Amino acid sequence: MASEQDKLLEEVTNREYQYGFHSDIEMDVLPKGLNEEVIREISRRKQEPEFLLEFRLEAYRNWLKMESPDWAHLKIPEIDFQDMIYYAAPKKKPQLNSMDEVDPELRATFDKLGIPLDEQKVLAGVAVDAIIDSVSVKTTFRETLAEKGIIFCSFSEAAREYPDLVKKYLGSVVPPGDNFFAALNSAVFSDGSFVFIPKGVRCPMELSSYFRINTMNTGQFERTLIVAEDDSYVSYLEGCTAPMRDENQLHAAVVEIVTLDRAEVKYSTVQNWYPGNKEGKGGIYNFVTKRGICKGDYSKISWTQVETGSAITWKYPSCVLMGNNTVGEFYSVALTNNYQQADTGTKMIHLGKNTRSLIVSKGISAGKSQNSYRGLVKVSKKADNARNFSQCDSLLLGDKCGAHTFPYLEINNPSAKVEHEATTSKIGEDQIFYCNQRGIDTEDAVGLIVNGYVKEVINQLPMEFAVEAQKLLQISLEGSVG
Amino acid sequence: MQLSEHDIALQRLFAENRELIEKDAAPEVNAAREGAMEAFSKLGIPSSKVEAYKYTNLQAWFKAGYTQAYGLNGATSEALKQFECNVHELDSYTLFTVNGKFVAGSNVEALPDGVEAGSFAELSKKHPELLKRYYGSLAKVEEDGFVALNTLFATDGIFIYVPKGKVVEKPIQVVNVLTGEQDLMVNQRNLIVVEEQAQARVLFCDHTMSMSRFVVNTVTEGHVAESAMLDFYNLQNQHNGTVQVGAYHFDQETRSLLNANYFTLHTGVARNNIFSRLGGPHAENHISGLYVIDKNQHVDNFSFINHAVPDCESNELFKGVMDDASTGAFTGRIFVAPDAQRTNAYQSNNNLLLTENAKMNTRPQLEIYADDVKCSHGATVGQLDEHAMFYLRARGISKEEANILLMYAFAYEVIEKIQVPALKEQIRELVEKRFRGELDKCDSCVVCGQLGTGRVKSE
Repeated sequence: MASEQDKLLEEVTNREYQYGFHSDIEMDVLPKGLNEEVIREISRRKQEPEFLLEFRLEAYRNWLKMESPDWAHLKIPEIDFQDMIYYAAPKKKPQLNSMDEVDPELRATFDKLGIPLDEQKVLAGVAVDAIIDSVSVKTTFRETLAEKGIIFCSFSEAAREYPDLVKKYLGSVVPPGDNFFAALNSAVFSDGSFVFIPKGVRCPMELSSYFRINTMNTGQFERTLIVAEDDSYVSYLEGCTAPMRDENQLHAAVVEIVTLDRAEVKYSTVQNWYPGNKEGKGGIYNFVTKRGICKGDYSKISWTQVETGSAITWKYPSCVLMGNNTVGEFYSVALTNNYQQADTGTKMIHLGKNTRSLIVSKGISAGKSQNSYRGLVKVSKKADNARNFSQCDSLLLGDKCGAHTFPYLEINNPSAKVEHEATTSKIGEDQIFYCNQRGIDTEDAVGLIVNGYVKEVINQLPMEFAVEAQKLLQISLEGSVG
Repeated sequence: MQLSEHDIALQRLFAENRELIEKDAAPEVNAAREGAMEAFSKLGIPSSKVEAYKYTNLQAWFKAGYTQAYGLNGATSEALKQFECNVHELDSYTLFTVNGKFVAGSNVEALPDGVEAGSFAELSKKHPELLKRYYGSLAKVEEDGFVALNTLFATDGIFIYVPKGKVVEKPIQVVNVLTGEQDLMVNQRNLIVVEEQAQARVLFCDHTMSMSRFVVNTVTEGHVAESAMLDFYNLQNQHNGTVQVGAYHFDQETRSLLNANYFTLHTGVARNNIFSRLGGPHAENHISGLYVIDKNQHVDNFSFINHAVPDCESNELFKGVMDDASTGAFTGRIFVAPDAQRTNAYQSNNNLLLTENAKMNTRPQLEIYADDVKCSHGATVGQLDEHAMFYLRARGISKEEANILLMYAFAYEVIEKIQVPALKEQIRELVEKRFRGELDKCDSCVVCGQLGTGRVKSE
């Protein structure tokens, strides 16, 4: 049986990336390299207000003084930031009103990805802000949302049309000098999504944004800002696939979330970028800064992520629990295969009283990959009655991979209750034997067990996403997952 | 890394006193200083920016302004008698060091044939083959600035050698005393070698005798050979003006067993660097620690358990009680090397915070490169259980008494692991007294008792 399992694992390891293709859309590209002039040019082309340019320049000046972080359990090849294109936009100006006007090439791209834009519009009721390399080309359901006063548009549009809101919240969670990659993003971010939910509004549908990385050597720098005013609720979905590439691509996004009194934001991610081929060549570098601040009392931010792609993932969606009685949640499944590396986790910063946080992290390593959980739970001196529970499990499939756990617990208040648990194991032979006995073959058994293992997290995803996430896990582990 | 002015001053101090330092040391020990110098000039004293020292900044303490302990400051072994920690009915072989120098041993002549316990400076010259084999083999100068500093200045300490097949029934107790009128820096070096099928129990007690400030940097290397067994205990009971960095590097071979226990009952700033390498199949490693601190004390336990080969087992338990404005830190890393299959490794760290100014930072970490393993870790920070408290209060037990009972019960899980009954009883009593705030009434440790809660003159 062991050899059969080995064979299955081998099949998994040999699996090629399904979504590797390259669509030929004409691009408007700035020359390689980064300097103040490039930043001014980006800002100019996007017709941005003055304060945004200032924001970018401040970030750039900060960035110049910083060094690429080396504390993560990752082997990152040196990145030449001057050998990169910082702005690429499709040339055809896509100010469109209906689906028919969308570039057919682009639509074909989405079709290949299995994103049924038309279908979703009708069936799922999901408004899609589809992004290809930085410029938002199509936003659906905007009118429906507008009726409720919800703003859901591309970031550059928001900067032009709602400069006050953008000015007020941009950089308030992730300041321009936060960390190396966030500073880089703040300096050169091209586009992204902006969501504003006014007081007392419950967003009637899941907001969704699909990302694609397209032009050769384009660093993709999205900026997402979500603001939920008092008593509002929104669920936001982010999903990614990228075409096959030989040269490594950098992706340094920033997501900021602000929740005011009693507001709730649920942010779900399914990430399936090109992880490199089975020799570990190519693949996306995913260096993302995601952070939410529960500013108002009784507010809640919940992060759910399913990470199956990217050659290197460096990502720590965090919650700053500033208001009293606020709640932060983090659910994660990180799957690495071949030579993938992931260093991901969360930070829960307890500042207000009676704050609670929950961390559930499930790592799966296969092939020759390295998968690390790194998390911080910090309880400040004034955060009375803070409560945290963290569970970080790792599952090893194969004897050449690594699974690591690096939690940090910093507790400065005696009324805090903080617990951390972690286990590392492989799929038990007795479990497989149990299934075999009942007529379930080994392949299905592994699938069952892995599905059961990640269920706690998948359950947190909205329905449409849960299906996709399960599909992704299956693709990534095909052969061993039924 | 850029060296600080203190680092440079320490280097200069070494250069100026090199002759004095090297006078009585074995040639191998002197030969190691070159490499140590080179490593120290790269590493220096680690700042809190170094990940391993994130929660303890020791740079402020390690500077050249301290007198170095080259001489004996007139302390006699008679005065030390009272320092046998008065382990009740603990029949032991006792060795004394003062400021890192070996001064006397009592009862050592009764050690089994071939077993040696005494001065590192002397015995290292007598056993050059052991020195050659083990000195600097575990505590590597290039890996830690403190090890480099110690290797640079090392002259004396304790040397324990248990040859093949010898069993030392009674514990070997080492009393490390710090005393002197001047503020002092001590670099003590110890080596413990337990050969095949041999057994030994070693107890290190760290004490202070005078009010001066002490900055201590000790390195202990221990080798536990095939089927050998070593029980190692460290009991730290020093005054608030003590800053101690203790590195304990152990290496285990096939089917060996190591029990290591670290108790910090009173100190100023303490940092324990605990490294265990399981280098042969079926080796077993149990380490535990208890830190009970108050005032401005700071204790940082850093442990690294290296499962280098398959089929080993390790168990780690650290517990801490933080009172007043004390700060605790714990880092435990379990490392499972590629192909170290069938490893069982468990780790747990539990902490009680008693006041709003107390702090605890804990990092329980797993780094695993093999798939057929069972590894787990857990960490908690919290308070005493309200339900347990209510249960006791409902039965007419006063709040203070119930508090002490529960804290004591919390700590007992660690005390229980002590293998020597008399020692267990003694430590149990010390811990209980510690919780009752009566440690200064400790019947025998008269001197340490008075100093125990005392303030340091230059504070």
